[in-house]
Amino acid sequence: MLNRYPLWKNLLIIFVLLIGALYAAPNLYPEDHAVQISGTRDIYQVDQPLLDSVTAALDREGIAYKSTELDNNNGLIRVSDGEAQLKAKKVISSVLGDNYVVALNLAPTTPDWLTSVGAGPMKLGLDLRGGVHFLMEVDMIQAVSQRLDVYVSEIKTKFRQEKLRYRSVDHRDDGSLAVKFADSESRDKAAVLLRKDYVEFLIDSIDDDSGNYLTITLTEQTIRSIEDYAIKQNLTTLRNRVNELGVAEPLVQRQGRNRIVVQLPGVQDAVAAKRIIGKTANLEFRLEAKTDANRALTETYEFRSEPGRSATIEKDIIITGASVANAQASFDENGQPQVNITLDSKGGQLMSRTTSNAVKRRMAVLFVEHKSRTLFETVDGVQVEKRVPYVEKKIISLATIQSVLGSQFRITGLDGAGESSELALLLRAGALAAPIYFVEERTVGPSLGAENIELGVTSVQIGFALVLMFMAVVYRVFGLLANIALCVNLVLLVAVMSLLSATLTLPGIAGIVLTVGMAVDANVLIFARIKEELKNGLPPQSAINSGFERAFTTILDANITTLLAAVILFAMGTGPVKGFAITLSVGILTSMFTAILVTRALVNLTYGGRQLKTLSI
Amino acid sequence: MSEQSKTYNFMGFRKLATWFSAILLIISIGSMAVQGIKLGLDFTGGSLVEVGYEQDADLGKIRTQLQAAGFNDAVVQTFGAPTDILIRLGADHDPQLGDKVLAALQVDEAQSIELRRNEFVGAQVGEELREQGGLGLLLALFMIMVYVAFRFQFKFSVGAVAALAHDVIIVVGFFSLFQIEFDLTVLAAVLAVIGYSLNDTIVVADRIRENFRKMRKGSAIEIMDTSLSQTLSRTLMTSFTTLLVLAALALFGGEMIHGFAIALLVGVTIGTYSSIYVSANALIMMGICKEDLIPPPKEDEEGVDELP
Repeated sequence: MLNRYPLWKNLLIIFVLLIGALYAAPNLYPEDHAVQISGTRDIYQVDQPLLDSVTAALDREGIAYKSTELDNNNGLIRVSDGEAQLKAKKVISSVLGDNYVVALNLAPTTPDWLTSVGAGPMKLGLDLRGGVHFLMEVDMIQAVSQRLDVYVSEIKTKFRQEKLRYRSVDHRDDGSLAVKFADSESRDKAAVLLRKDYVEFLIDSIDDDSGNYLTITLTEQTIRSIEDYAIKQNLTTLRNRVNELGVAEPLVQRQGRNRIVVQLPGVQDAVAAKRIIGKTANLEFRLEAKTDANRALTETYEFRSEPGRSATIEKDIIITGASVANAQASFDENGQPQVNITLDSKGGQLMSRTTSNAVKRRMAVLFVEHKSRTLFETVDGVQVEKRVPYVEKKIISLATIQSVLGSQFRITGLDGAGESSELALLLRAGALAAPIYFVEERTVGPSLGAENIELGVTSVQIGFALVLMFMAVVYRVFGLLANIALCVNLVLLVAVMSLLSATLTLPGIAGIVLTVGMAVDANVLIFARIKEELKNGLPPQSAINSGFERAFTTILDANITTLLAAVILFAMGTGPVKGFAITLSVGILTSMFTAILVTRALVNLTYGGRQLKTLSI
Repeated sequence: MSEQSKTYNFMGFRKLATWFSAILLIISIGSMAVQGIKLGLDFTGGSLVEVGYEQDADLGKIRTQLQAAGFNDAVVQTFGAPTDILIRLGADHDPQLGDKVLAALQVDEAQSIELRRNEFVGAQVGEELREQGGLGLLLALFMIMVYVAFRFQFKFSVGAVAALAHDVIIVVGFFSLFQIEFDLTVLAAVLAVIGYSLNDTIVVADRIRENFRKMRKGSAIEIMDTSLSQTLSRTLMTSFTTLLVLAALALFGGEMIHGFAIALLVGVTIGTYSSIYVSANALIMMGICKEDLIPPPKEDEEGVDELP
């Protein structure tokens, strides 16, 4: 039978359509304005009693809220509109204080039966909802150079231990080390020694007029790992800082070899965001004060993990976190947790000088944070949000010095693996591994975002309406069938984008519009073929069949090549271009499916198995 | 729609079309050489601040205010509406720039001004993007050439890539000639033009291949004419619907994607023309003949019905 799809094929198409409709559905539910609460650290839990105290405060202030939710240490309070959201945030921040982050959020209202099958709405890009985007570059030359300084002091120490006679170890500007010896014998001995201990060195022996040298350069792999480490550490630091900002869905991500992207959707106060992200947290190593110490030379600080417990320490700083080159959590020979710290050469010297007179005393590690408090002042009868910067210092560890410390030492006496890894992280995250600077920054105001959405949606609607009308006029009944397929195409496109949880951007919307225009192409190809076959004298049913069949290879070839271009666009593009490329690729795939299968099914249902004299095409 | 049984004498205008393309290309390349391309912030680096006024803004006044505040290199223009102002500044990063500009403008200004957008792109990033963009274009062209050579025949791939290069140069030339800003979205549009134009070219090439195998009689030129005439109505239909949609984008999509829409409007128009003339012309010039398209021995009819 010509032009009848077997039952299984029709069922398959219906199945795909249903799935498509299901996954596109969440985009129909508007998002709720909400306030999100989370603890700044693990010890501050968000639990039901806490939520109850928050809602009580909201009731006192007469702020209506829709519902509250509790989900793995995150509280969410939904309110009716943006105004109530801002009011609620003020009240909640003042109730909870500094230990909790209160963030504005847009919470999806996708019903449970949809979320249970993994359906969710598309996310909106910064250009559609407003927010801040930073691109930062890590100064890798500096990172490698810091590491080389550490090697210099290590090599010197090693030579002294081995009683090797060397003249000098220099760190050259081109990123290599030059080690000078009095004679070739000690040089060769040194080369053997270094090759044994340092796989990361490339060692060249050089003899020239000025003497016997070893030139040491780092292997490409080592440089890579130094860079990776610097990026990882800076990511950790930046994440810590971003968390403090109270942004609902921040993104902190590595991009390329030496860059970090930070995106803060919905942030209104870009200046505050920049200040906090660009701020510095640091560490200080100081000795615990002796009991008979002069009070003017000491300070008392609380412990970070045990509020209430404090210790008195000297005002003199031995070294700061800037001297920490590396910190790793591990276990000592008895299986006790410890943190291994590596200092740079200068830090090592200071540390050994200080500790040589302080064995059996205790050393404190202080965590210094530059924070800002949000205060609400009443100016001319209006409440204004004001951020006041302040410095917070807390002790993260207090341990007995067992012997003179050099550039490498360990901190023991920790409470468990959890604490040791947190301390290592803080030591690393306390300061940036390498200087970082802004190379790109984009701020989009929320009003502009709303405007972009409006314009984007309007242009999609208008373009879509024009295409539908045009198709119906030119191809009559077949045009109407193609229009149904086009609508299906749009639903499928939205469904796939939601499934991939792709981010919808303005160029993405433009991509959808373009796809709508181009999706017609496959249908037009098919219809043109059918018309041609009719002219060649084929009966209508055969014309339909052969039209579809002969257009198929053409559609396939044409679309695959376009897809190639889209994929390349995706591979090389960033941000907006990527968004456009995703939309285009998905659009090509869905339009192929709808033109070839859905239109065919519709045509079959309309004309299949009937005696036809003419076709309305 | 025209009756399609007639065959138009497309290739009779070959010489004319060659001249037409040549002139367009010369103008485009000349304009790029002389005036260059007005690259947007994404490619050059620098800062940009967009502010919104309640009533129509006075550009002259804004320029004086900015001068007074020490922004000497500021370029001020309206952006879409007379209430929206775009200010461009040199390339040094200052996180407070947006607020500083806002403060400078708010001096002796009764209406409130809103900061709508504040962007900074480092010169380094712009430079990388220029390299990447060019590389991406070349890579796309190369990949397409390989695919078309594999699916059709080498001469077709030369024709297709010639048509694509032709379109890209003319679109970029158009931007250079009218000094419209070339930014990241325009780059995306140019790549979309490649996709579109390619789609068109392949449809025509597909028909040419088919006719070379089918038509017993006829010179290469006659076969070209037949193929182009057969695909003409489809080519025009698709272009027209796409142009309709793009017109909607250009008119209602707002200022942010205006450049994108313009690039595509020009690109789709040129792409339609090039798929008719440039690639077919290139094939004729390379002396395409039936021997080039002898069907491969393992040609089996793939029907749609065998597909799920």
